[in-house]
Amino acid sequence: MSKRNVITVENLSKSYILKHKAQSYISFRDVLSNTAKNLLTKKIAATTSSLETFWALKDVSFEINQGDRVGIVGRNGAGKSTLLKILSRIVTPTKGRITIEGRVASLLEVGTGFHAELTGRENIFLNGSILGMSKSEIQKKFDEIVAFSEVEKFLDTPVKRYSSGMYVRLAFSVAAHLEPEILIVDEVLAVGDSVFQKKCIDKMMNVAKDGRTILFVSHNISAVEALCNKGILINHGMVQKQGSVKEIIDAYIDKSNLLSEQIDLTKITRSRYEHALIFKQITFTNMPLKFGEKIKIALQLQSNVKRTFNDVDFGLNIIDSHQKCIIHCSNRFLNINFQHHSDVDTYTFEIENNLKPGVYSLVLFLRTEDVIQDVLSNEVSFEISDGNPYGFNDTMQIQGSVLPDFTIYKK
Amino acid sequence: MNKHRIVIEPSTENSNYWKDLWNYRGLFYFLAWRDILVRYKQTAIGILWSVIRPALTIFVMWFIGYLFESKVPEGVPRILLVCAATLPWQFFSNSFSETSNSLIANSNLLTKVYFPRLIVPASTVIVCLIDFFISFVILVIIMLYTRFIPDIKILLLPLFLLLALIISMGTGLYIAALNVKYRDFRYVIPFVVQFGLYVSPVAFSSDYIYDHPTLPQFVKYIYSLNPMVGVIDGFRWCILGGKTPLYLPGFLISVGISILFLFIGISYFRKTEKTFADII
Repeated sequence: MSKRNVITVENLSKSYILKHKAQSYISFRDVLSNTAKNLLTKKIAATTSSLETFWALKDVSFEINQGDRVGIVGRNGAGKSTLLKILSRIVTPTKGRITIEGRVASLLEVGTGFHAELTGRENIFLNGSILGMSKSEIQKKFDEIVAFSEVEKFLDTPVKRYSSGMYVRLAFSVAAHLEPEILIVDEVLAVGDSVFQKKCIDKMMNVAKDGRTILFVSHNISAVEALCNKGILINHGMVQKQGSVKEIIDAYIDKSNLLSEQIDLTKITRSRYEHALIFKQITFTNMPLKFGEKIKIALQLQSNVKRTFNDVDFGLNIIDSHQKCIIHCSNRFLNINFQHHSDVDTYTFEIENNLKPGVYSLVLFLRTEDVIQDVLSNEVSFEISDGNPYGFNDTMQIQGSVLPDFTIYKK
Repeated sequence: MNKHRIVIEPSTENSNYWKDLWNYRGLFYFLAWRDILVRYKQTAIGILWSVIRPALTIFVMWFIGYLFESKVPEGVPRILLVCAATLPWQFFSNSFSETSNSLIANSNLLTKVYFPRLIVPASTVIVCLIDFFISFVILVIIMLYTRFIPDIKILLLPLFLLLALIISMGTGLYIAALNVKYRDFRYVIPFVVQFGLYVSPVAFSSDYIYDHPTLPQFVKYIYSLNPMVGVIDGFRWCILGGKTPLYLPGFLISVGISILFLFIGISYFRKTEKTFADII
């Protein structure tokens, strides 16, 4: 028996119109006054409309078979969430076509529609119905949901009095007991303590064993690795690679400008924060980096406005392939205070290195006078080549993330 | 073949729209249930508010009518005349304003789950309808107190209630959809409700306008364009046993305009609902 397609996506595209210097929401008056303006002088229309079409997704095509557990990975803003929103029918695509065979339940947020004033019991019914369960289904599963959530004692307490952990557990429990043929999940495992996260992944594995199809988006690479068997890598709104989950995770980690020594950071599109002062360039001065050598990273800061920045506080996180932060360095920790007044200045980090050989990515963070200026997550990565301090011939057998000096002696 | 086959394409007419709406009736019921539950949580007198608010309005309207010695038909207590108008007016003003704000109030749902968007305003109207039934107690109390016995015409009351429902649904849907894009309507809604109270026959009765000796004819026409005139006149006609007249042409205009509103409301709502999640 061959596996059949349950989801077919053909040339899917979604565009948004970006209005530069747009207000937070359109008011009717603006429409009226702009129309009036345009009637008076047609020239104005051409100059004021600084509109830009932004393609959140472009020509995305893929197929998913029944029973597949597909991990969708990609950086922030790559279009993963837009894809899930279209698949869940919340927003409509601009072009393309999707065919889905089966009952879909999507879980884009934990506890959608939870009402703070309602009790846990009432919220189970409300949330279940929002997620697409019928009343009789919820009644049938009610005891199971309550047992899974571990909040039996507080069932008749309004959820506004719950701790955040209890709230999340209850919300996830409702979602975990959905029994759709296709389950779409976005980042929801990012919440809750690690024991509960493990429980959720196990629950989802059980769901998958029954031949159901799962689409899972997460930044948590280890969760994707644990749950999924296939993967799709999305980059700048396009499918860059599809394949087994291992291939995809390798490609994802590998993606960044690997091993290039000097990387221009101004080309990266940024959306949030001030950006009066930004990261201009990053240089790895001693590439390729051998094990044990100091990591030397030079960061160039560029100011976009003419002024002096006091209290420049910047730092970098070194992230391993499981998205865990291994090293965090900042001038704040060393009590060094920098002032930035010229256009461009370079600051160099020298970091003691006993990291396990492999690929690491960086998170760069910049703040001045308590205003966040620039954050770049996982845009840059670097590799530490093979080696260990012990002269051992097979480094891959060493499991630790850090390889400190150690000795062993017999008394 | 799988019966749950979904095809997602840009801006295609969804042929299963009404069927889809029927399939989601469970959610419709739960949303209405939520709003009713939440409404008077953590209040000391709870559901009594559904009675107190209209009762106070009735009292104030009665007092105004009393002060200005407005006309009251033979054998009808003034308070009953006011009550028969205030209840449908309150139903309209509540359901109109709450429906208009319902999409914004539920924006977290709109951006996270799929369901036919019509469910949100529809469940809001139902909640207001329940409030209306509760406030109906006031009418019964006043009737008992004034020993007024309605005749058989009161059985026609549901028809006029349906008309009020159609008006508030039609206007509410239209404004709700506009409100998603233009938040200006947040300021329009209270204005419409306040303005409407003065141009609808709540504190006075319609024959005062229609029989007015000096008022030009076109003002009377404009007056009858307000669909709530037909509803309120109808309510009075049913409750007071025909002691106040129901102007048939005026009433037919009301019905026509209400159905037009409903049609415009639904078609505009359906046209724009696909973009709600993008722009809300």
